[in-house]
Amino acid sequence: MLPTPSTSHVNYNRVYEPAEDSYLLLDTLSASSETTFLHARFPPITSSPLVLEVGTGSGVVLAFLAANAQRIFGRSDVATIGTDVNDFACKATRDTVNLAITESDDDHASLFCGTINGDLASALKPQIIDVLVFNPPYVPTESLPNGTNHHDFADRDDFASDEAFERDSHLLALSYAGGIDGIETTNRLLEQLPEALSERGVAYILLCAQNRPEAVKERIRSWPAGWSAVTVGSSGKQAGWERLSILRIWRP
Amino acid sequence: MKLLTLNFLTCARKTCKSTAAAFPLHPKEAELEQVEMDMNPLFITNMLPRLEWEAMKTLTTELGLPNLPAEPPSAEELADESGEPTQTLKDLHTLLMETSIASGKLVCGNCEHEYAVKEGIANFLLPSHMV
Repeated sequence: MLPTPSTSHVNYNRVYEPAEDSYLLLDTLSASSETTFLHARFPPITSSPLVLEVGTGSGVVLAFLAANAQRIFGRSDVATIGTDVNDFACKATRDTVNLAITESDDDHASLFCGTINGDLASALKPQIIDVLVFNPPYVPTESLPNGTNHHDFADRDDFASDEAFERDSHLLALSYAGGIDGIETTNRLLEQLPEALSERGVAYILLCAQNRPEAVKERIRSWPAGWSAVTVGSSGKQAGWERLSILRIWRP
Repeated sequence: MKLLTLNFLTCARKTCKSTAAAFPLHPKEAELEQVEMDMNPLFITNMLPRLEWEAMKTLTTELGLPNLPAEPPSAEELADESGEPTQTLKDLHTLLMETSIASGKLVCGNCEHEYAVKEGIANFLLPSHMV
């Protein structure tokens, strides 16, 4: 068992608190089936892989990958980077990852490039991401929170207390509200995936049962250029249904 | 943000992404800071093939940093005969890993949009009329 990174410095009033979904990602990405896959996918003689987590929240998942690169990817010459629409999450992630790297064994940690306050992978050059991890807002809601006025919700000092409360509620809504079927934001990422990933790229995306993972996998398999999608982790069996599952998406 | 990060970033606007002018983003009014970091020679060596050398040269010139060589160094130029890191590798480590933009702006060469950098974090969120 690899240690879970500490996030005790994070203010959970406005940044998503690590929960069952976060821990499922840690367990899945460090399971021998996935580390074996990743070691073979990124052999040490190849150029350094770039690992991106989209929507890092507290940073617990990115910190885990960054601090345990040697065990998970079979090499420590890995570049890690995170994005989040929430400015506070970006700062929390920066601190969580730096702390986890400091506390990790020598020569096991990746090189952390930092966090970017941005939407999904929009700030990254096309076709350079080797490993993309996404724990999306997946809870079905009538609509998505307004996603185009983020600058109104940034880390500013000039909020009155009621405005700050509204701001914090908005930021938390962004972390869980997934719109119709809980999959609107995930669909936006999936649309960008073929352009975002490198030739050897692989994505890990978490879904809940209401997102209808079987239909999502079928859709990905119908993309041009031979994409695969398989369930590589799951938890919370309810009446024969997995509540949460993690898809691995790649071109074999 | 480490200068290495600029090797991976481009303008977030869909219409800019595919244009050559959107990469690299151009630092403006940048406050730099040096943050010491342990050197990982293997990382520099294996990152070298994916460095956009011309873009890195542009950045160092624009930031007033020592100029990079005209051509990227070969793998042999990064370690001496006994396998120790050369000055070339140490210089790359200093430039890419230890030099950070603490604050300032990153400007798209295509649409001229300015992305603010504060406390080392760049803000790539676009106002609704630009998405």
